Amino acid sequence: MSANESIIEGVRPVAAAHQQPGPRLAALRGWLRAATGLVVPAVLAALWELAASFGWIPAKLLPPPSAVIDTIRALVASGDLWTHMLATLHRVAVGFGLGVVVATILGAVTGYASCVRRLLDPTIQGLRNIPSIAWVPLFILWFGIFETSKVLLIAVGAFFPVYLGLSSGIRDVDRKLVEVGRIYDLSAWALIRRILLPAALPAYVVGLRSGLGLAWMFVVAAEMMGASEGLGYLLVDGQMTSRPDVIIASIVMFAVLGKATDAILVRLGAGVLSWQDSFKPQG
Amino acid sequence: MLRLERVSKRFDNGYLALQGVDLAARPGEILGIVGGSGCGKSTLLRLMCGLVPPTHGRVWFGGTPITGPRPEIGLVFQEPRLMPWLTVAENVQFGLHNLPRAERAARALQALERVGLRQFADALPRELSGGMAQRTAIARALVTRPSVLLLDEPFSALDALTRADLQSHLVDIWSDERPTMVLVTHDIDEALFLSDRIVVMRGRPGAIHAEFTIDLPRPRIRTSPQFQSWKERLLAALHAAINGEATAA
Ligand SMILES: Nc1ncnc2c1ncn2[C@@H]1O[C@H](COP(=O)(O)OP(=O)(O)OP(=O)(O)O)[C@@H](O)[C@H]1O
Ligand SMILES: [Mg+2]
Repeated sequence: MSANESIIEGVRPVAAAHQQPGPRLAALRGWLRAATGLVVPAVLAALWELAASFGWIPAKLLPPPSAVIDTIRALVASGDLWTHMLATLHRVAVGFGLGVVVATILGAVTGYASCVRRLLDPTIQGLRNIPSIAWVPLFILWFGIFETSKVLLIAVGAFFPVYLGLSSGIRDVDRKLVEVGRIYDLSAWALIRRILLPAALPAYVVGLRSGLGLAWMFVVAAEMMGASEGLGYLLVDGQMTSRPDVIIASIVMFAVLGKATDAILVRLGAGVLSWQDSFKPQG
Repeated sequence: MLRLERVSKRFDNGYLALQGVDLAARPGEILGIVGGSGCGKSTLLRLMCGLVPPTHGRVWFGGTPITGPRPEIGLVFQEPRLMPWLTVAENVQFGLHNLPRAERAARALQALERVGLRQFADALPRELSGGMAQRTAIARALVTRPSVLLLDEPFSALDALTRADLQSHLVDIWSDERPTMVLVTHDIDEALFLSDRIVVMRGRPGAIHAEFTIDLPRPRIRTSPQFQSWKERLLAALHAAINGEATAA
């Protein structure tokens, strides 16, 4: 095999961009489609703003969008938002990355080798059923309240869906395709690389997306258990200083960041899964 | 060359699919296998290439017993079984992993040319029709140039014209390289057009009902009277096999 082949056979980084009409028209259509998703949040925000201005809801407890936007502006101006965002993003990236690496190795091995599966899977499934927040006290005892325990908690959260997706994805690969590999006398590694991984990729991408969602959930838990920076810290700080606008501002930032990172995964996944012959309703 | 010795196959669910099959494919011949649906033809091929082990008996390749798939024995499955994430050309190259890249590509294009799919080299399997997918699968089996090629109803998904075309192609390839071929088919015409010998199977449990050596000269003319009379003999044997009458070879 030559060096410039990708690790997983046939997986191309970018989807072929054929069969599109005018590129500019298509781009416009794409933006409009994406904008559809903004309609509901925009309407809700407008109603909320109105309700606040009529005094139907107490602005002290639930500040209107304009106040939240002002708060976000102030946080941006002081540079605090970047500090907190970067701290949180960094934790999510390291924790998610760690969880994904371990989950990928264990998922691939248990998916491929039944004996390893029999050995490890019951334990992993058992651990999966522990609400992961339950680990918090133990992690704090073991690793202190600083970065290690936070990152590990996020890694634990991200681990299970990724593990489950890959492991069951590999086990569900069509036996008929695996037989093709056997006919061509592929080694175990070649079988994994050339058939099992590409075929399990759709399930793996789904696992990655749920894993990332959990990583975002767990970063909040981790930062609420004691941190000096991060969006989760901002939440707690808002509560301590009775600033609901700060709390809502950080909630909004969580929503934006979570959605943005998920969109990145979806884009990467779509590029790598462009071969799928799937049901995509038109329009 | 490839020899089954008193082979029986019982599946895990207890079903006896083949019982006491003795059969040998001679070097360089085309051996046709016909029989009713479900009589064990696919199972026979899977045993021949070592994809499944026999319950009793042995399968020999030359002087060695077959314990698993080997590169000298190729198989075209009853379904195309293409990798949906690979292009047509990449699917065709699937079995060529030990060759340099340029050589692989060249051979793949040549094989695709042979099955008339050269312009679809870069298409994905989802863009192919059923017949085109099966032609791709045939090309995939041909590129590795196996010394024994097992074909499981390879043309049954094709229209009559393409089928006749590919049958002639198969004869060409066979005349060029003289691989041993074992061809499972339910099409008596096809069996007669291609085979040096034809084995008729009966089912439940699968066994050999009759064997015929086809003495028709090549190239064979489907409309010739000899061809027609062979066809009648084979049809009679097939009916007898399906209705469970005594062997009348
Ligand atoms: N994995 C399996 N487990 C149990 N029974 C099986 C299995 N595979 C095949 N059989 C049974 O063995 C018999 C022979 O199957 P096989 O696929 O060899 O038939 P065939 O002659 O190729 O039929 P067709 O012409 O329809 O392809 C069938 O009755 C089938 O039900
Ligand atoms: Mg069959």
